[in-house]
Amino acid sequence: MLASEQIEQAIRNRFPDAVEETGETAGTPVLFVRADAIADICAFLKEEPGLDFDYLMSLTAVDWPALGGLDVVYHLYSIPQKHYVTLKVRAGRENPVVPSVTSVWKAANWQEREAYDMFGIRFEGHPDLCRILLEADWEGFPLRKDYVER
Amino acid sequence: MISTEEIQLNMGPQHPSTHGILRMILTLDGETVVDVRPVIGYLHRGIEKLAENRDYLQFVALTDRTDYLSAMMNNAVYSMAVEKLAGIEAPERAEFIRVIMMELNRIASHLVFVGTFGLDLGATTPFLYAFREREDILDLFEMACGARLTYNYIRPGGVSRDLPAGFDRKARAFLKKMPSRMDEIDDLFSKNEIVLVRARGVGVISAEDAINYGMSGPNLRGSGVVFDLRKDEPYSVYNRLNFDVVTQSTCDCLGRYLVRTGEIRESLEIVEQALDMLPEGEHTAKAPRALKPPAGEVFARIESSRGDLGVYLVSDGSGNPYRLHWRPPSFINLAAIGRMVKGWKIADTVAVLGSLDIVLGEIDR
Repeated sequence: MLASEQIEQAIRNRFPDAVEETGETAGTPVLFVRADAIADICAFLKEEPGLDFDYLMSLTAVDWPALGGLDVVYHLYSIPQKHYVTLKVRAGRENPVVPSVTSVWKAANWQEREAYDMFGIRFEGHPDLCRILLEADWEGFPLRKDYVER
Repeated sequence: MISTEEIQLNMGPQHPSTHGILRMILTLDGETVVDVRPVIGYLHRGIEKLAENRDYLQFVALTDRTDYLSAMMNNAVYSMAVEKLAGIEAPERAEFIRVIMMELNRIASHLVFVGTFGLDLGATTPFLYAFREREDILDLFEMACGARLTYNYIRPGGVSRDLPAGFDRKARAFLKKMPSRMDEIDDLFSKNEIVLVRARGVGVISAEDAINYGMSGPNLRGSGVVFDLRKDEPYSVYNRLNFDVVTQSTCDCLGRYLVRTGEIRESLEIVEQALDMLPEGEHTAKAPRALKPPAGEVFARIESSRGDLGVYLVSDGSGNPYRLHWRPPSFINLAAIGRMVKGWKIADTVAVLGSLDIVLGEIDR
């Protein structure tokens, strides 16, 4: 099990330009990373011995109109190492596009579909990006703060 | 010249074997399943959006309605998330009551699984046996909080009311008779020749695939992965209780079934220990009625009957959550069904779906 700083340092060492901001929540490192690097960072976190983030706990999004963006939040866990890391990617609210991480964890497939369904975020490289909870012809993205109920 | 064609068959959304309102679009080559595409959302009520318009205490009632077979677990994980965010600590007595309720709920939920898995395979008697035992648990819940299915009992700070007089006696009577009732179910069903043929080797998913798909709970442990949050990331007072993590290494429907029947027996032990260790004290911490946790975020997770149940809660300092994401184990587990069912027959699809033990309320929210 690695300490928070060690996980953060490992990511910074490998992707020095991609980490925009770091923080910590209850002992878990939280890193804001550049959207275009997310898939590579996730692959690194999964494959690198000692990090072993084999388990995507949760992939979701949060709408921050006040901060001008939609955050995609990745909560990762390592079953062998028992440590956590949280990654965040900020996409613009107008045309949010984020690379998909389905190639790293199959668990991302449905969760990215849900983020698309609820927030309108397009995940590039997703094999089957379409709505999952709402009907296919639903208009609008309900979990956005500017969603107008019909 | 004879040729064959694949056909697409619709299973559901109204179907007695889909465990709720689930639609599966099966692509068939004869009777062999080539692909399955689950279509969900029929039970979507917008719970995550509703959370943004409710205060923290009001939302507890909505949590019951996600995984309605393990409502205590839902209450608990949400309460834990709010407590972490607001810096509230539940008193020791409340934590023990929570464990008692959660483990009784696990037993009740697994009994529903045993009964409905029997129905999925065409056996109707186990359903009656399992539900008869479950009635005792529902009576206990009704004694404690007035409800049989949606409890609104475990709240941020503790539990809504203390255990009533007579609860301990009635609970222990249930714990005493249950092991022999489980033996009956094992004799009738678990060792039945037909069950073994229908479940052994069916719907296999390797440990590596299961982890990559994010599977959790008995589904993961049925593939030999020794991982149980109660042991690996302990919460509440589980680190003070003695119990084993039940795993099977066969990766098939039978393995997942045996993990759950094993967990029923383990949970009986846990409830007994918790009743023995139950301290005197308050049943809830002094928490303000109108909770306003400081701005921040938290991710709480517990080992629910279905697996790794998580809540991602973001507060902006106001009385309502800014964002609440419910991470349901059934939603993640169901995504793997395509992998598990390829090459099997339609009847096996029903067996595999049953072995995943999903609840649509949790999947759709």
